[in-house]
Amino acid sequence: MLIKRASDIRSSEITPESVYRSRREFLQTAAAGAIGAYAGASLLADDLWAQAAIVGVKKSPLSTTEEAHTWEQVTQYNNFYEFGTQKSDPARYAGQLKVKPWTVKVDGMVAKPVDYALEDLIKPHQLEERVYRFRCVEAWSAVIPWVGFPLADLIKRVQPQGKAAYVAFTTLQRPVEMPGQRTGSLDWPYVEGLRMDEAMHPLTILATGIFGKELPNQNGAPIRLVVPWKYGFKSIKSIVRISFVEKMPPTSWNIANAAEYGFYSNVNPMVGHPRWSQARETRLGSFVKNKPTLMFNGYADQVAKLYDGMDLKKFY
Amino acid sequence: MSAGAMRAVKVLVWAACIWPGANLFYNAFWGDLGVNPVETLEHTSGETALVILLCSLAITPVRRLTGWNRLQSLRRLLGLWAFFYALAHLSFYILFDQACLYWADCQLKAVVDDVMKRKFILSGMVAFFAMLPLALTSTKGWIRRLGKRWQTLHRLAYVAGAAGAIHFIWKTKVPETKPYLYGGILLVLLAVRVAYSWRKRRAERGRVSTVKNSRNIAS
Repeated sequence: MLIKRASDIRSSEITPESVYRSRREFLQTAAAGAIGAYAGASLLADDLWAQAAIVGVKKSPLSTTEEAHTWEQVTQYNNFYEFGTQKSDPARYAGQLKVKPWTVKVDGMVAKPVDYALEDLIKPHQLEERVYRFRCVEAWSAVIPWVGFPLADLIKRVQPQGKAAYVAFTTLQRPVEMPGQRTGSLDWPYVEGLRMDEAMHPLTILATGIFGKELPNQNGAPIRLVVPWKYGFKSIKSIVRISFVEKMPPTSWNIANAAEYGFYSNVNPMVGHPRWSQARETRLGSFVKNKPTLMFNGYADQVAKLYDGMDLKKFY
Repeated sequence: MSAGAMRAVKVLVWAACIWPGANLFYNAFWGDLGVNPVETLEHTSGETALVILLCSLAITPVRRLTGWNRLQSLRRLLGLWAFFYALAHLSFYILFDQACLYWADCQLKAVVDDVMKRKFILSGMVAFFAMLPLALTSTKGWIRRLGKRWQTLHRLAYVAGAAGAIHFIWKTKVPETKPYLYGGILLVLLAVRVAYSWRKRRAERGRVSTVKNSRNIAS
């Protein structure tokens, strides 16, 4: 099954087999103790093959033509505070999370409030590969080939009422399997939100996979939001609830530090952050933070009109 | 503590101070600094600088507690290693974070803005510039030339430690254990220092008043 799928993934996106095979040989021949750290690399390759492939994925014209990062870069370095505050924590601790079975509650101001089994939520939708730029508020960035479907498709399906102006999202809260939730780093559960027009935008997707495979736990399995023109923390992971509401919903990082994280959190090189200038970014794989950050993360042509007339310094 | 034991301690201290840097160098050589190499370089060098600085500040209290006076010679060794890692840390920031590795990408204004606007970067700079004169005056010649003033000047080590700990605390997005742990250790070391100087002053005052009293009795 894996071999069949392999042709859909650009070879540049994953470690070539010859490389990881030779790495393993190296491992086997080398003194185990002295270079035990390399064991991580070997496990990683197994990880990739262990993840189930997603079939019937369509390409999308909304994808960037930029070269995607590697499976290793995307799955070994990210923020998911439910598992800890270090970038290596999600990969280290997310294995213990059980994502099957999974239910997503859709409620609030909708014609058809329903608790979806994950399979039923996804089934009617055409999955697409969306290669998007991803920009973290910490000023690093990556290019990630997501697999998902437009959030708008789900919204149309559940028919929100006219008064519903925002969509609120909630991440799973299960401290037993999410060690970060046993600390007070953020208020749990993690919550996020979008304005209805942002949620309906064709670039906004619910992702269920990366690199043609099901999402690994550390990247927000089994279903997460991806809003490519906003800082990464807006793209909430491991979603268990989607609510349609009238008022702007609270969002986790805004609760933690309102002066630093606003509701909109659009990528904006002109509006600095108390911790990081947002003018430039480090593309993962580069040694130097010299890549100029683009307005709306390079999606200005598609999304700038959503914010016409808004002072983006005020609504950061 | 015997001279032989002290020699062994020195070897251990050297090894411990070289280790984090050698490890970074080794991993850098093999392209194994993780997904975000610059972050690895910055975090490792910064934390190592702070830890070694705290160790150097712990020498005097430990010496007083144990009476192992030979330990005093570790203070300069540790202080210079802390400065070395702080210098590496600052260099990584300037070269990679501020992109000054490439002349065309290096913007002095962006650096100044970053330092002045962001308190966590400013605190790091304060720590570095508090250590700089200490490193420069660490030679025997300067110790002799400055005399008593040398000791006063070198109290800046506490400023550097405090600024360094604050730099780490302010750097994290949410409160984390480790930066507060280092901050706490620094507070304990400071408290020991203050307690000791109080005791010393009281003892001196006691001696003065005894002298006075004896004079009164005599008259």
